Formats: sequence, structure tokens, C-alpha cells
Amino acid sequence: MAGSFEELKFRDPARARALTDALQREVDLIGRKPVSVMHVCGSHEQAIARFGLRAAFPRELDVIMGPGCPVCVTDTPEVDEAVALAAQGARVCTYGDMLRLPGTSRSLADAQADGGKVEVIYSVVQAVELAQKHPAEQVVFFASGFETTAVATAAVVLAGVPENFSILSSHKYVPAAMDVVAEMKETSIEGFIAAGHAAAITGWGIFEPFAARTHRPVVVAGFEPLDVLAAVLELTRLIRLGRAEVVNCYPRCVSRDGNRPALDKLWKVFDVVGGVWRGIAMVPRGNLDLKPEWDRLNARRRFRIDTAAVGGSDRNLLAEQCICGTIMTGLAKPSDCALFGKECRPETPVGACMVSSEGSCKIWHVYGGHPDLRGAA
Amino acid sequence: MASDKVGMKHGAGGRAMRSLIEDVFLQLATPVDGIGLSALDDGAAIRLGDRWLVVTTDSHVVHPIFFPGGDIGRLSVCGTVNDLAMMGATEPLALTCAVIIEEGFARADLERIRDSILAASREAGAPIVTGDTKVMGRGELDGIILNTAGVALADRVVSDAGLRAGDRIILTGTVGDHGMAVMMKRHDLGLQGDLRSDVAPLNGLVREALRAGGGDVVAMKDPTRGGLASVLHEMADKGKVGIVLDETAVPVSPEVRAACEVLGIDPLVVANEGKAVIGVRPGAADRVLAALRSHALGRRAAIVGTAIAERPGQVILDTGLGRRMLAEPEGEPLPRIC
Repeated sequence: MAGSFEELKFRDPARARALTDALQREVDLIGRKPVSVMHVCGSHEQAIARFGLRAAFPRELDVIMGPGCPVCVTDTPEVDEAVALAAQGARVCTYGDMLRLPGTSRSLADAQADGGKVEVIYSVVQAVELAQKHPAEQVVFFASGFETTAVATAAVVLAGVPENFSILSSHKYVPAAMDVVAEMKETSIEGFIAAGHAAAITGWGIFEPFAARTHRPVVVAGFEPLDVLAAVLELTRLIRLGRAEVVNCYPRCVSRDGNRPALDKLWKVFDVVGGVWRGIAMVPRGNLDLKPEWDRLNARRRFRIDTAAVGGSDRNLLAEQCICGTIMTGLAKPSDCALFGKECRPETPVGACMVSSEGSCKIWHVYGGHPDLRGAA
Repeated sequence: MASDKVGMKHGAGGRAMRSLIEDVFLQLATPVDGIGLSALDDGAAIRLGDRWLVVTTDSHVVHPIFFPGGDIGRLSVCGTVNDLAMMGATEPLALTCAVIIEEGFARADLERIRDSILAASREAGAPIVTGDTKVMGRGELDGIILNTAGVALADRVVSDAGLRAGDRIILTGTVGDHGMAVMMKRHDLGLQGDLRSDVAPLNGLVREALRAGGGDVVAMKDPTRGGLASVLHEMADKGKVGIVLDETAVPVSPEVRAACEVLGIDPLVVANEGKAVIGVRPGAADRVLAALRSHALGRRAAIVGTAIAERPGQVILDTGLGRRMLAEPEGEPLPRIC
């Protein structure tokens, strides 16, 4: 075992240089600038930022993070609902990143400080266990994540849950993230990198109608630095050739059809519905909510949720300066925000993108704040 | 924006701690002939004729008290010996040892800690010459707190502000060992592998570096809380230089690398208790490196960076795949939760 890490070929500097050289040639052949491409996944941004890949990209190439963080697009009224449920006495369980996500005036962390029963869990299974342990309480799982995580929620629902367990779904649907950006008039994005882990569930075939409809290529990518470089190279090649195709650069994990048993479970429990994504817009197919036959597990049906009682109708002046929505749609960078690294920091986040480890502002902050060192000493 | 309450991050060795010290305690500073409080160095140096009296003090709280590779006793001796060594004072004259104990603390544990203090003080050649003992009520502190102070004479003092453009940065061995060993034990993370603290007295190792490099050793600091990243930021800030850190040259054991990867922690911000960061003039770098490697605690010493004139106060990380700014750690790193 010792030493095997150092031999990881997906981080090999010589191979990386060969890829960035090839990338420069492709971008030169395209011959315009900037060439803008978008990925829609916090883990891709982490790989790019952590390994300083932007300094190795051609100057003429912009690789932008889109709305690829499910926590970041969770809307304030959804947080308000969870805070209100905690205030109403329910035991609210959620993933760690959701704890400090700002609601209109309060977060779940605030609700916890006020004495609310808020539990950070690592798996939905733990939420079910808490419901079994506290049979006299209402246990609500505030569910976040894309379909990768929603599959786990669905599996638990299908396996059967206690009477006192319900779900406040804030699950989001990945294909919508690319739709949102592609359909914006002001966007300059010419191609998309799709997230390999989500595609492992959905299959890469799901992106074919999108590519045909929007005339933009899609490349499915893994998460090691060389995965990202190879995918960006393939994407620029498709852009140069004007081919709106889907290419799978992550075949070691992703197939055309995806994980059938997982998808069966997902669609037995969830429907794709419209919903507002924080700072962005109403997204017609953006959210995953429980199907009507699971109404009895749906916290929004089970409880009267009084969000006004937890400040859901107040105004938050600092939050109004936050440009997370503009950043997530690729029209601005985190460093363009006046609050970035000043009022808005990981320990005192104003916007959702500074909360989650998948959020672009948090990632940029953690990895130095000003990552573009192309040509620097 | 200053908070009206002290938080845990204010003791974690990062940006938050530095600003607390600057805002609150710097007012205690008075002019001294030498290096005083205002320098915020590892210790103070007061001129005594043509020599320097170097003084330092350090309090120790660690959970768990016993961890793989060491315990709070060894830590408290090494912490002070190393702070003296980082000022260039490698021959400690004496240490003091004060201990505050919680009511109910097991006597056997106390004796085990005493044995460990004794062993470390012999290893460093630093006798304990006086001490103090207090007991507090149950719940008024958590187990035990140790404080040590040390004094030494030095012919030449090395500050942590001496870098100038072109100087090379030498790291005396692997990073992350202490912090990861303690974190594994503290959070009961159950990862298998041989993670051991590197806690050790560094005065012997530093003596070799100074013997080889003489006046060309211009800056020293031990990367304890806040890790290598924090120390480089401080050296860059005080020396008014930029620093380029070559990540691929930084030695990290496979165990620490794997644990960090799983937990989403950067080994560059993890605490060490037996390593030094040494800035040397370029011409002396190879000589000092060879001297360090000839010592048992410096076998894996490496040149890991260079001071530059651009971007004073900042640290650039060359990852081998690209470049980015290295952020100054805010507080203690926590295991990733998802």
C-alpha cells in the first residue's frame, strides 16, 4: 500500500503538460477569444482550483463553474421551511453543508443555537435511525443533493420508514443546471462538461437531447486533474469541429444507460417538478419532489409550515448585494463580488456559494481567492 | 467585524489567532534591546553584553493527552526547546514546568506524563529547574494543562523575518504527522495505518544547520498549528517577500497523504511538532541541506521553495500541474463531513 498514492497517474505532471499543450493547439485553431466552456459540478471546480489548473489553461480559454452545487441553489424559502419546522418542534436532520445555508433571516445553525433539534447526518439511514430512536417526535429529513443523493433517499423510502419520519425535499435535477445556462440569452458558453458521478446514475445518453437542442457539445468527465484536462481538451476539439455531440471521457465509471436499478428506484419515488433556484430563476424541471403517492411522507403535506414566524418575510440588505446567482450562471466570477472574502467568508457566509464545499465562492476562497495566475512569476 | 467573544479558532494558529494577538496583547509590548513582544516571534532575545539571552514560554493543551508517538509531557518540553532553537538558541540552559490539574485526574497518568517530561528533557539536554503545581475543581478545566518556559544563551539570533528574494526555503522533513495522528485519535476515525506524531526536540538538528550555514541561515520557524502554510505566510509577511512553494517537493508520508485525501484536509495546514522551516541564502542551501540530512531527524529534509520579490506577503503554490495562491489557514482544519 505504501507509496501507491504517489504513483497515481491521474495526477502525473508530464501527462498534464502534454494535455495542456494539446489544449493550447486546439484553442489556437479555433482562433477566437475567449472560448468559454462550463462545468456544472463543485468537485470539478475543486480539482481545477486545488491543482491550480487555471494557470495551465490557455489564456484564451475560460473554464467557468455553472450552477453545479445543489446546496447553493437551494432557495431561501426552502431553508425557511426547515427552520420553521425546527421552531415548531420537529427534529430536523440534514447534511452538514445545509446547516449554515442562510434562510431569509435565519439558518438551521441559528435554529440549533435557539434550542431547536437540528441534527447533522452523514446518510439518510441515520435520519431513519433517529426516527426509530425518538418515536414520540416528528423527524424530518431535509433532503438535499442531485439525483446521485436522491437515489439514496428513494431507496430508504422504498425500504419502509417509521410513521414519524417525513421528507422535506430540496433535491435538484442535474440536466436542469445546463438547461438554465444554455437558455440564457446573454450566455457565451459554447460547450459543457457534465459531472461523472451524476452521469454514472443517469447514463451519458441523457445529454443527447440537450446537445441536439442547444447545438452544444457535452463531455462527461471524472474528477482527477487529468480527467478534467482530457475532458476540456475533447470539448474544445468538438467546439472547433462544430460538432454538438456527447462524448464520454469517464468510461471507467459511466455507461450510456447508467445505473438502471438506481434509476428505477429514483422514479418510483420522485417526480421532476419546477422550482426556484436561489439567485437564478424559476427552473421548469429543476427540482425533485416526492410523487403524490408518497404524500404521507412529504413534510410539506404533513405539516402546516409557518415560515413567516421565522422571519421568512423580512428583508436582508447584505444578502441583496450577493451575486451568487450571476456567478452560478457564469456571468461573473466570485472575485467580482464586493462581499467576497470580506463580509462573506466561510465562517460568516452571506451567499449560499460560500457555504458548501461544492460552492464556487467557498472553493475559490479555500484555494487562495485569486486563482488566475496565468503568466505570473 | 471583531467578534466580542473568543472562539476556538482564535487559538488555532491561523489568521484568527494572529489578529486576536495583534488586537489585544500587542499593547503589552515595550521597547527592548533585541527582539521583544512586538516582533511576535517564537520567543524573545535580550542583549547581554555580546551575547543574547533567549526566553520563551508555551502552554499545552492537547486531546487526547496520550497519542501515537507522544503525549502532552513530551509535547510541552519539545515545544519550548523548539521555540528556543528557532531563535538560534540550540543549547537550552534550563526549563520551568508548571502544571494545572483537574480534580480527579488519575495519578498513574500524571506519573506517566512526568516520565515523558524527564525523557524529553534528557533527550534535548534541557534540565527542568523549577516548577509549579495547581489543582482546580472538577469541570473547571479539561484534564491537565502544562506550561513550560525556557532560557538559553546564543551568540547570534535568527529571527523569522530575515528572508529576501532569492533565498531558498528548506523543510526538515515530512509534514502533517502530528496533526493527523492526534486527529485520528481524537475523532476516533478508525483509519488504519501507522500515523505517529513527529514530536521531537529540534535543537540538535538546528545546531547542525547553523554549523553548516552560519550567517547564511536567515530565518527559522517551526510549523506547528496552522502548518507549513501558516509559517510561510508569516515568513513572507515579515520578510516582505513572496514565496513560491513547490508542492511536489514537500515530503508527506503515504499514510498522512492517504488520511488527508480521505478526510479532505490539506497536509500543508496540518500541525507538526518536530519539523523546522529554514530560510537560507541561495549559496548555502545545498550545504545546509546536506547537514540536515546527516542528522536522524532530518533524513527527509528538502528544498521546497524560493523567496521572490513579487507578491510580498503572499505564497504561491506550484502544484506540478499548475499554480495557485496558497490561502493562510483560518483555524484548525476539520474533517470533511461529506
